[in-house]
Amino acid sequence: MISRLANPARFMRVSGTVLPWVAGLAAVVIAVGLVWGLVFAPPDYQQGESVRIMFIHVPSAWMASFVYLVVAVASAIALVWRHPLAEIAARAAAPVGAAFTFVCLTTGSLWGRPMWGTWWVWDARLTSVLALFFLYLGYIALVNAFDDPARGARAGSILAVVGVINLPIIKFSVDWWNTLHQPDSVFRLGAPTIYISMLLPLLVMAIGFMLLFAALLMVRMRAVLNERKARALRMMHATG
Amino acid sequence: MGGFIGLIRHDLRVAMRQGGEVGLVVGFFVLAVVLFPFGVGPEPEMLQRIGPGVIWVAALLAVVSSLDRLFAVDYADGGLDLMVLSALPLEAGVIAKCIAHWLTTGLPLTVISPLLAVIVNMRPSDMPLLALSLLIGTPALTLVGAIGGALTLGARRPGVLSALLVLPLYVPPLIFGAGAFAARIGGGGSTAHLLLLGGFSLAAAALAPWAAAAALRDALE
Repeated sequence: MISRLANPARFMRVSGTVLPWVAGLAAVVIAVGLVWGLVFAPPDYQQGESVRIMFIHVPSAWMASFVYLVVAVASAIALVWRHPLAEIAARAAAPVGAAFTFVCLTTGSLWGRPMWGTWWVWDARLTSVLALFFLYLGYIALVNAFDDPARGARAGSILAVVGVINLPIIKFSVDWWNTLHQPDSVFRLGAPTIYISMLLPLLVMAIGFMLLFAALLMVRMRAVLNERKARALRMMHATG
Repeated sequence: MGGFIGLIRHDLRVAMRQGGEVGLVVGFFVLAVVLFPFGVGPEPEMLQRIGPGVIWVAALLAVVSSLDRLFAVDYADGGLDLMVLSALPLEAGVIAKCIAHWLTTGLPLTVISPLLAVIVNMRPSDMPLLALSLLIGTPALTLVGAIGGALTLGARRPGVLSALLVLPLYVPPLIFGAGAFAARIGGGGSTAHLLLLGGFSLAAAALAPWAAAAALRDALE
């Protein structure tokens, strides 16, 4: 199946048909999730209304880790099988993941100020997510540091695979260390500890963010492929 | 085995003949530590509290600044092609170069560290712990730095770029190396931190050569 998806022309056709639907669905789902979470979900018994930033902070945190996993897996596929679209996918996904990480860190900081009394604390979860942010930036810097883009893509693939060790550290940091950040309430052994009336809008936002990522990834990959086609046409035109 | 030892001896001979290799790294290390009292003030208790962390950060920066001579010279003059083509596996070649690099950076830093401990007013009883933590931790710095050095061959601004890539990966050794002192003061003893530091170095020795060798092969394509 992976080899069937390797044809750039087929990818352009499929993504061209699918993209408007995915983007539209993402907009609708995020709108529904935002209204549900910011207006209709119940306030927290301790935190009151300021808990509502959770509906942006938590899905963006999930996406930050998930997108890095996508970058790492695509890089591994590119390294092992030399899949032509895998490198493009990894390069396209990285800035989106960096943006999700930035949103996670910023909304977390804004949430922490009223809740914990501090904008930042060097506990294990925050530090490892900050390390993830630096990994994204390092990956983007490395991929763009070479005159030969293929060389940059290969170097970035190795870096992405090396950095995947950070993901389990992020996930389990709240279990391994005494952290100010609360333990995981959703992705844990045993049932989620969050009340269903808050869990549902959270999941809706997560689905919306996933669709958003899919739409952005397709847009960015199509842009890269179109750029290559444009360059090839220009070269053909120049050489007559 | 002969190729392995030969590679180490070659690198050491080059480092000694060119002179100043070890001196530059040690000089940077000393300067970086000396800058801190100017920056934060000379108050002895505060220097004693931040001393181990300052020395460790300066050691990180000194190692990072020396990473460009790990592979770049061989890349430029063709020695890297010979390494890839030789009978010795490239991963073993990477380990050999890291051993030679450590002997000319990590080891001198460890040896000079007691002198710097005096500058930051560390207790004399802490000096052996400082030297031990650096001795256990600096191999990890060289090995992980080899990944950064190999990935940035042929890049624009390789020095800054490899520093950017490698410094986040240096944070765990820094946490455990500098944290051993706080643990000892806290009464828990520094053994756990040193063992974790050793574990990190061993993991780096097991995994970094593969990543670095893959990066070197990509660089030569």
